[in-house]
This record gives sequence, C-alpha cells and structure tokens, in this order.
Amino acid sequence: MKVTLGAVSRPGESLVNKTGSWRTLSKPRFLHQNCTACDMCALHCPEGCIYGEEENTYQNDEAYCKGCGICARICPVKDIEMIPEVAEDD
Amino acid sequence: MPKVKERDKSCDHLFASGHTACPGCGQSMAVRLVLRAAGRNVIVVNSTGCLEIFSSKFGESSWEVPYIHSLFENIAAVASGVESVLRATGRLDEVRVIAMSGDGSAADIGFGAISGMMERGHDVLYVCYDNEAYMNTGIQRSGCTPYYARTTTSPPGKVSQGNPRPKKDLPQIILAHGVPYVATASVGYINDLDKKVKRALSIRGPKYIQVHVPCPLGWGSDSSRTIDIARLAVNSGLFPLYEVDSGELNVRKIPKKVPVEEYLQLQVRFRHLFGSDGAREEVEQIQRVADENIEKYGLMSK
Repeated sequence: MKVTLGAVSRPGESLVNKTGSWRTLSKPRFLHQNCTACDMCALHCPEGCIYGEEENTYQNDEAYCKGCGICARICPVKDIEMIPEVAEDD
Repeated sequence: MPKVKERDKSCDHLFASGHTACPGCGQSMAVRLVLRAAGRNVIVVNSTGCLEIFSSKFGESSWEVPYIHSLFENIAAVASGVESVLRATGRLDEVRVIAMSGDGSAADIGFGAISGMMERGHDVLYVCYDNEAYMNTGIQRSGCTPYYARTTTSPPGKVSQGNPRPKKDLPQIILAHGVPYVATASVGYINDLDKKVKRALSIRGPKYIQVHVPCPLGWGSDSSRTIDIARLAVNSGLFPLYEVDSGELNVRKIPKKVPVEEYLQLQVRFRHLFGSDGAREEVEQIQRVADENIEKYGLMSK
C-alpha cells in the first residue's frame, strides 16, 4: 500500500470495502408497487446504499447492503420485504 | 398522485458506504444525517470510539469532508484549536467545525475538555452519539449507561441487577455553562435531528447536540429494530427530546405515553429484569425516571 505524505486518506475510500459480503440471513427486495418516493428507506439506511429518484425506482446496492432490515421495517407502504439470502449457485 | 417534493440530495452521501459498522448501527445512520444537514463546508473532529474505528481505517476512510481523529480525551480541545486557527486566519465564515464523539468520550474521558471548550466559547458544534456504553471496546459501562443495564462491567447476578447508577444528564450539565444552544435528538426522528443540526450551525458560539443512537450489538436488539427502539425510548420518556435555544425550552411532545417495559423488553441488556425471577422494583424505578422526565420537561400535552 502506498502511503501518502502525512498518511492522509482520500475522501470516500471506504467504497473499496464491499460490506455486502457480511449479509448472512436475508436481504431486502424492493417490490416497486406502492412506492411513493418518500425517501424514508434511503434516509434511514445505515450504509447509505439505497438510491432512487422517483416512485418505484428505489434500489439498494447489494455490494454494500449488510441486510439489517431497517428499510423493510421503516417503509410506510410496506413496499420492501426481506427475503432469504441465497447463494448464487443455488 | 401528489408530486413528491424535490429535495436536494447532493449531501446525502458525505459519509460513504463501505464503513464497517455493525448491521443496523444507529450511529452510522446518525452521522450521515448530521453531515447531510451540515453540508460540505465542515471540518469534522472525531474522538476515539466506534465511529473512528469503523469509518477511518487507513486507506478506507468513509469521510467526504475534512476529518481529523485524535484521542478519547482531547477531542473538544482539538476542535477548539481548529476553530482558533480558522478564527485567526479570518475563515470562520467559510467553514464550520463539528466535533463528534460517543458518550464515553463526552461524559467521562473527555469531559474536562468539553467543559473548557464551552467555557471559552469556541464556535464549535459538539455532537455526542449516545449509545449508553463503551461499545467499541466491548460494552463497558459509561456515565451515560442507564439504570440496570447489563454491560460487561456491570453484570447482573446474585447481588446486582446491572448498572446501579442513573444516567448522567449531560445536556443539562452542558447547559449550565450558559451556552446558546443545547439539544437532544434521536435517530428515531430524523426530521427533528435535521432541524436541530441546521439550527445549531446557524448560531455562533459553542453548541451541543446529544443524539440517542441504539446499538444492536451492545443492547442485544435485532438489527432491524433500531428505529423502533429509538422511538420507544423517546415515547416512554426515557430519552426526552428537547432543545434549549437562547434559554428558551422547546420540547417534542409525546403523543401517547408508552410503558418502559415495551422499550426494555426489546433489549437483551435488560432481559434479566423480566422472566420468572423478574425484578419488579427495578422496572418500577426505571418507570419513575421516565415519569420524572415527562413531568420535568412537560412532555405530555395537558
């Protein structure tokens, strides 16, 4: 690893850290049916990994989502559900 | 379909993904919301604690704003120094200084430095993330740990029901310094938090906000229930939300009082108070703390 002068870190370097591999049991599924784009899921996500602009466009970034389930609980129209995390080769 | 109000999202991700906080961490959520309210023109000074550990590993910094980490005890002193340099170079109008620490640093180890910062009147916003114990080092009791919580240094057993001492009322201690703005906030109420950070940063002088941040690991709660638990703490009266703005007290009223049991039962750290050999007296004592808060701050609409 190259150490910069004064060992200063660059902004937002943590994106190299794909914390999505931490998920064990479940992950959110965005149903895209009743979403009103209220933004509650994006604002409450501890990872800051939910993005969306309009109704029914919100989506989590699975590279970082740790599967905590807060978005599914906070969604006022129950448009997010937690589904079992399944390995890719299943 | 009502048109959704357009909102500026440019500051939503000043705290980048890929930090290594536990799933469901209330603190990582709060940090992102505080930065979102504060905007880009801030310098963050951070003490040792969970936040520093999960956000600032070398080569994996989550911060999109200037950030400095020092020690547990001197965070307010470092923030005072940063502010003094900005003042001396005439740049205090351009940048705001935010000191961030956990409750261990604020209430115990760095307490003297905060008092000094408040007394000298530095133009710094101090944000204390209150998760009610030293979570980073393995859940030891802090001055902000509430009555009868299980921590590794206050274990319940034959002669003890957990932490025997009440939670230190840090906001009121800071308020006694005569600072212009002191507030409590919670990740359960993010609009309230957003408003308080913006209000604090619009004021010159020392400011203090204590944010209640549930810790799934230390409190033994389900990671998806972080927000529910934060709201139950507020609505039971155990963590009153208020601000004191130039001496004027504004409280967030509780719509319907929730019994403290509902809050306590969701957390493993209070589990020893329930069950067959439950501790009725202790639960009642916690209820009295909540009732006293409701009375003291007038949290219920008359």
